[in-house]
Amino acid sequence: MEGRAVSDVAQDFAAQPAAAPGPGAKAEVWLWIAQRASAALLALCVLVHLATIIYAVRHGLSGAAILERTRGNAAGLVFYVVYVLAIAVHAPIGLRSLAQEWLGWRGASLNWLVAAIAAALFVFGLRAAWAVFA
Amino acid sequence: MLKVSVWRGGASGGYRVYEVPRRESQSVLDVVTYIQRSIDPTLSYRFACRVGMCGACAMTVNGVARWTCRTHVAKVAKGNAIQIAPLANLPVVKDLVTDMRELFDKAARALGRFVPSATRKDGFARVASDSPERAVIDAGIECIGCGVCYASCDVVSWNPDYLGPAALNRAWTLVNDVRDGARRERLAAVAGDAGCHACHTHLSCSERCPKDIAPTASIAGLKRAVALAAWKGEL
Repeated sequence: MEGRAVSDVAQDFAAQPAAAPGPGAKAEVWLWIAQRASAALLALCVLVHLATIIYAVRHGLSGAAILERTRGNAAGLVFYVVYVLAIAVHAPIGLRSLAQEWLGWRGASLNWLVAAIAAALFVFGLRAAWAVFA
Repeated sequence: MLKVSVWRGGASGGYRVYEVPRRESQSVLDVVTYIQRSIDPTLSYRFACRVGMCGACAMTVNGVARWTCRTHVAKVAKGNAIQIAPLANLPVVKDLVTDMRELFDKAARALGRFVPSATRKDGFARVASDSPERAVIDAGIECIGCGVCYASCDVVSWNPDYLGPAALNRAWTLVNDVRDGARRERLAAVAGDAGCHACHTHLSCSERCPKDIAPTASIAGLKRAVALAAWKGEL
């Protein structure tokens, strides 16, 4: 019978190198953790935000009346800064996954675009939060 | 008579319709075998055990990946029609035969092999059959590598590098093996974009697995284990 001794085959098998982590695997894991953590935060923030909107609409508050409540409200500012931060982390990571899976777009160009979206969301969000505070 | 549309050719090919006599307790594998033995001997397909042990006869039946030997015609025929195609997400060699190489290569990439941490001079490991780790292994260990989950996975079709449910399920059983010495390497191998974190929890693999394994649960376990390892700086 042709073929090699079982011990030879076993040696080949044992000599297989351990699988190395894929390129950037660690970064991907941290992106995943960041997206899940920001999602948990968003679940709370969206509820508070919606409740605030419903309250304002239900009570027929005017723009001026809303500003009167938000101006100088430090707790409100802190809340919206956290909310904006969670959005700026969560949304771009999701968009990145969508682009990878649906458009087959990967690599540095995508990462730059996503970083730019994150920065834009953060800056515009903060600007809005500050506008109703100051 | 059954009207059976069978995929003929390679990646580019088409369906050809065959008329097959309807019989009682007829399996889809019986239908394919009838076509090859009585109508067209050039039809290529793969099978071995005929009784749901080997997993070789997996094909796409009316758009769903199944073991053809364990699928009754009565269960899947629409009127008198059945469509039979090769498994999705794998290159077609010819007709109903796919190249399974990628499925097994990915099991290797996920470090889906036991790496001993003891030598022959050490005593036997004692693993209580009711330990939590052993229970997790029991839930996933019966995989026979038929490729039904892999063919059913949307993420594989979007990202050809994705390791897929079978490989990740196998990795999860080894991550829980207290005798294994490559936990860290394995968690690194299954992390990231092509690994467990790409899973969208669509559950197609768990829905279609003929062995009733839930690879989705195994992949969720890997996500937790990898995230925890990253958090502790052990990845």
